[in-house]
Amino acid sequence: MPNRPEHLGPPELFYNDVEAVKYTNNSRIIDIQMRMSERAFELLLLPKDKVCLLLDIGCGSGLSGSVLENKGHYWLGIDISSAMLNIGVHRKIIGDTMLVDMGQGMPFKTASFDGAISISALQWLCNIDNNKYVLRKRLDIFFSTLFATLSRSARAVFQFYPENDDQINIITTAATRAGFFGGIMIDFPNSKSAKKVFLVIMTSTSMISPEYSRKDHVITKTLTTRKRTNKTMITKLRKNRILEKKERNRRKGKFVKTDSKYSGRKRKNQF
Amino acid sequence: MKLLTHNMLTSKCLKGVLVGYPLKIEVQDLRICEVNCNLDFLIRVIPRIDYPVLYTAMETLGYANDLPSEKPEDYQTNEEFLKKLHHALFEIEIINGNLLCPETGRKFPINDGIPNMLLNEDET
Ligand SMILES: C[S@@+](CC[C@H](N)C(=O)[O-])C[C@H]1O[C@@H](n2cnc3c(N)ncnc32)[C@H](O)[C@@H]1O
Repeated sequence: MPNRPEHLGPPELFYNDVEAVKYTNNSRIIDIQMRMSERAFELLLLPKDKVCLLLDIGCGSGLSGSVLENKGHYWLGIDISSAMLNIGVHRKIIGDTMLVDMGQGMPFKTASFDGAISISALQWLCNIDNNKYVLRKRLDIFFSTLFATLSRSARAVFQFYPENDDQINIITTAATRAGFFGGIMIDFPNSKSAKKVFLVIMTSTSMISPEYSRKDHVITKTLTTRKRTNKTMITKLRKNRILEKKERNRRKGKFVKTDSKYSGRKRKNQF
Repeated sequence: MKLLTHNMLTSKCLKGVLVGYPLKIEVQDLRICEVNCNLDFLIRVIPRIDYPVLYTAMETLGYANDLPSEKPEDYQTNEEFLKKLHHALFEIEIINGNLLCPETGRKFPINDGIPNMLLNEDET
């Protein structure tokens, strides 16, 4: 994507009737989207013998969804462009699609899906009026509602075109805030044209350490979990616990040393 | 829109709405289209289906006779039931109509089989 279409206007206007037809009939686009969808599907690591219910975020005219279909799974799709969805309906895709702005949240009940993919859509979410506050809020709503709508051991794989490292950071932090584990993975990092960026996130840690089967990829960044315990916090917690215990004992009438700023602190090593 | 989708959809993204489930249905056009039955998948999704909601939806569409009002205990092996369930979840399509938020009454139109769940800015 040399000139970024996200800069030309909001997605529901960019993907109008004309653009939607052009997009869906362009054999080069079809080929690229299919290949990236296949790769995203691979990274979902679904159980081999089970038919799954999947969500396609920014499904467009159904190119990415058709890959899920070919693999024998059932899917639902959401997209903000009615022009793109209308083409899908007329191409007779199996899954149902809905008009949804992902920045407004996923309108599904909890634990509905076994996994989610999103191909070439996430960068669109980062281009709204350049308003940082709105962007953060929309990302938070998106990731937290996505988390809720996935089953308890599910993955979501996003192929996207980040504009810069800053955008990657904003996105991964939002995913972490919502409770996801996982990270960014890059296929063919040294090739300008073949390089592909994936955000691979999961709802539980037990599924980390996947066997990524390709040689040409790097995992650049793993999401850090939110609960970082820092030293001062631990000291504070310990102190509180001790103060409470002293208070209890005092009420029982036991002899207790008076509290001071040294209470609960570690003694310096004597040797 | 198939009834499987209806069974998953909520209006909880609306500001102030807590559950937003189940959405009420208003139908203008329906279509029945045959879909191959995938038994494995069907049995796997049953635990995720809110059965009373599905039954009420069938009632609203005028198909109460095509589905038992309660899920039989042997649902995993009861072929007759599975066939009916498959029909209800995958073969009945709402082409035009509305979905209604149970708490606010907000209408989400269904056009050409596609529910429009987009919200106005002041609704989020
Ligand atoms: C490049 S197309 C990819 C479509 C499809 N995934 C494929 O592989 O062919 C990007 C899609 O993301 C959708 N999109 C952009 N912003 C969106 C948003 N906020 N919510 C939902 N969909 C969005 C666009 O409407 C467009 O259909």
